[in-house]
Amino acid sequence: MNQSPHDIELWLSDMADQLKKIVSDTPLMIGIQTGGIWIAERLHKKLGIEEPLGRLNIAFYRDDFSHIGLHPRVMPSNLPFSVENREIILVDDVLHTGRTIRAALNEIFDYGRPSRIILTALIERSGRELPICADVFGKRMSLKANEHVKLSGPEPLALEIKTAE
Amino acid sequence: MRTVIKHGRIVDPANKLDKVADLFIENGSIAAIGKAPSGFKPDHTIDAKNRIVCPGLVDLSARLREPGQEYKATIASETFAAASAGITSICCPPDTSPVIDTSAVAELIHQRALQANKAKVYCLGALTSRLESKTLTSMHALKTAGCVGVSNGYAGIRDAAVLRRALEYAATCGLVVHLFCEDEGLRNEGVVHEGMMSVRLGLPGIPETAETVAVSRALLLIEQTGTKVHFCRISSARSLQLIAQAKQQGLPVTADVGITHLYLTEIDLAGFNSLCHVRPPLRTDRDRDELRKALATGTLDAICSDHQPHDEDAKASPFGLTQPGASTLDVLLSLSLQLVQDKTLDTQTVFAALTVNPARIAGINAGHLGQGTPADVSIIDPELVWKAEKESLTSAGKNCPFLGWEMTGKVTHTLLDGNLVYEYKNKK
Amino acid sequence: MTNSNSNIQLDKHGRLKHFLTIEGLDRNLLLDILNYAESFSGVGERAVKKVPLLRGKTIANLFFEPSTRTRTTFELAAKRLSADVLSLNITHSATKKGESLLDTLRTLEAMHCDMFVVRHADSGAAHFIAANVAPGISVINGGDGRHAHPTQAMLDMFTIRKHKGDFAPLRVAIVGDIMHSRVARSEIHALSILGANEIRVIGPRTLIPKDIQTLGVHVYHDLEKGLQDVDVVVMLRLQHERMCSALLPGESEYFNLYGLTEKRLSVAKPDVIVMHPGPINRGVEIDSQVADGKRSVILQQVSHGIAVRMAVMAMAMGNLSNLDIEDADADSH
Repeated sequence: MNQSPHDIELWLSDMADQLKKIVSDTPLMIGIQTGGIWIAERLHKKLGIEEPLGRLNIAFYRDDFSHIGLHPRVMPSNLPFSVENREIILVDDVLHTGRTIRAALNEIFDYGRPSRIILTALIERSGRELPICADVFGKRMSLKANEHVKLSGPEPLALEIKTAE
Repeated sequence: MRTVIKHGRIVDPANKLDKVADLFIENGSIAAIGKAPSGFKPDHTIDAKNRIVCPGLVDLSARLREPGQEYKATIASETFAAASAGITSICCPPDTSPVIDTSAVAELIHQRALQANKAKVYCLGALTSRLESKTLTSMHALKTAGCVGVSNGYAGIRDAAVLRRALEYAATCGLVVHLFCEDEGLRNEGVVHEGMMSVRLGLPGIPETAETVAVSRALLLIEQTGTKVHFCRISSARSLQLIAQAKQQGLPVTADVGITHLYLTEIDLAGFNSLCHVRPPLRTDRDRDELRKALATGTLDAICSDHQPHDEDAKASPFGLTQPGASTLDVLLSLSLQLVQDKTLDTQTVFAALTVNPARIAGINAGHLGQGTPADVSIIDPELVWKAEKESLTSAGKNCPFLGWEMTGKVTHTLLDGNLVYEYKNKK
Repeated sequence: MTNSNSNIQLDKHGRLKHFLTIEGLDRNLLLDILNYAESFSGVGERAVKKVPLLRGKTIANLFFEPSTRTRTTFELAAKRLSADVLSLNITHSATKKGESLLDTLRTLEAMHCDMFVVRHADSGAAHFIAANVAPGISVINGGDGRHAHPTQAMLDMFTIRKHKGDFAPLRVAIVGDIMHSRVARSEIHALSILGANEIRVIGPRTLIPKDIQTLGVHVYHDLEKGLQDVDVVVMLRLQHERMCSALLPGESEYFNLYGLTEKRLSVAKPDVIVMHPGPINRGVEIDSQVADGKRSVILQQVSHGIAVRMAVMAMAMGNLSNLDIEDADADSH
């Protein structure tokens, strides 16, 4: 089952509308590499945020370092602003176990103390392992444990659901 | 007692023999080869079919570590190892503790060897007292105590005048001087050959000139004094050129090479392999090839083991802090046989380098199977394959750089004065 | 031949387990180190100067040779990875008592350290420790005798890449006491593997080993000829002992022949950068004008050292697991 780019556009517009309702005047936006950044770039535009987009790589905050070591490809994190006392929209492509978000929260707090973090994800799928949920999401999906949803991009954006053997 | 060794291939370079024949031993001496002496009834028969029967090997340098370093090895352990490797006569260098610079130490070693009764041990007395290169030893007394030569061990002799006088005095006493040639200054703090690997590994190097300068100096002094000198453990092709020239000139010089240097080169140091930390250092493959050729041409007279057994700790350190020396008694014969099997050298050349030549240099009645000589005999199975492993080495020293190598050829019987001192038992 | 070096450094998947020498590592691995270092270099500017990567791990700095600079950067690197650090200055007192290196090692292993950073006066010491250490412990070479100083070489490569980008067109000259320099050896290997166009060594004959050419370098004994059109100059420190062992007559003659001055530097490319592993001997190998001048990147090298060492430690520590990695998806959530 695959989603067309057209559906994704609809969800993004919907997410932008929902976010506009709950954020303050001057939020910052941070996208989580790599898929989260593709989503964040579009939302960043739709919301007309002036300050540049922050890019977060959570490789050094993952909780599975002892098991699988360092990830082979790492782009550095880049937050070209101060997070101190700011409201932050944290963007990811797929919210699944919740571990990525935990790592992202830990990393952001090592930069400073935000006033508020709002989580938005394009897809919120079943399989949560931590008590984390998205404030705003594009589409909710219920998948089996051996099913994986992957976003490809940056142009065009497309979703693919794969079943592992 | 009468023993007959039947059907063996007798290899005796001293008498230019290489034929299948029976060997007859009576009362500890060789009685006959080929036809039995009249009325000969053997008490003991050894079947040597498909085996090589040769004089027991004569090793011009094997350190037995006694007295002084019994934690590494003992005369008992190492003469047993020698017997199991077909070696019946060993020359023991003077750098024991105390040094063999008095007859008492020489006598002690001879006593212990007799007690162990596995191989004959001949001491090389010290050239200078305590090997300090300052004063001469009582060389006549050492000779009387049984020393077959004198040597300064690894200790360099900075003062050429001291070397000259030592050479002259040794000649007066009729002793051959066994000389290890290395200029101390050029050696500096080197531990490996100054070349490609010393650059790569960042280890201080010993240039080839450390050996060639010392050899040159010695040759000129030999020219002056006429002393019989034996060069110990030559390692470089350039030295071979100097020695060949000297022999042509008619100087009374001989030379040997350690078995390790006929196989390994500086490349084997890769990974900081401390088992390859030896003196002189392993040099280039060109040097190794020339060393092999020199045995064929006669520039080199003998192959020795240069056996230096060590305890584990001696090699368990960063390279520069390890003690040099390899344990090679167990592999001397097999590796020498390999040279014949690979057709690098012929049988007569290799066996001569292990028997008659070193015996002549040591001035002992050994290394040949002439009638009436002491029956020191080795019987070899040239096809027997074995692996050099810590468990299979008989020496107390397991620091063998050939660990893991597959060897072809092993001694099955060793006789010392006609008595069986070793028999190979197949552990199957 | 290089196999026996790299075998001990890499695990069965070819990933870094110990970091002992540049020799035998492939280009991609070196680039990985540089790329990770890039990611780590921002950590020092944040509010919390740490990432939690090595939290709960213990790293022991075993310095058998005294060193303030290298030791403190390794300490800082370990701390920025959230590891606990033990700094042990094992001076001659332990060795005087006759305790062998192996015994020292066993004692330290009993303290359950996960990683040793080793600096030792003998070439091959780090290899020796790596070969004898308990499985599951990683060894980083902080400099062994004259053999290798791989983290220094990598931080210099990091510095070069920052200023010059691609290694392929570069001409690099290393000046000074090549013979006794572990930094020189490691840098030659690194530049060679990263594909530098030309590597030159410059110095008097007494300080350049004859067989250095087997490493793929061009030898110069004339400083000006050697500096012609180079893009990077690495100056090595001249140690005072060299004057005492008949290798050199004195410092002033050395400076006259091989000291780096503005005038001498002018034959190099106009955008040449000048590096030095430190500490510098002003007026011996380099004059103050150059050391403090606009082409000198010496101070930057120090800060890069922390990021590079973080990268190496994280890579080695992360590869200690025996589990097979199926392609770990960066986006697995």
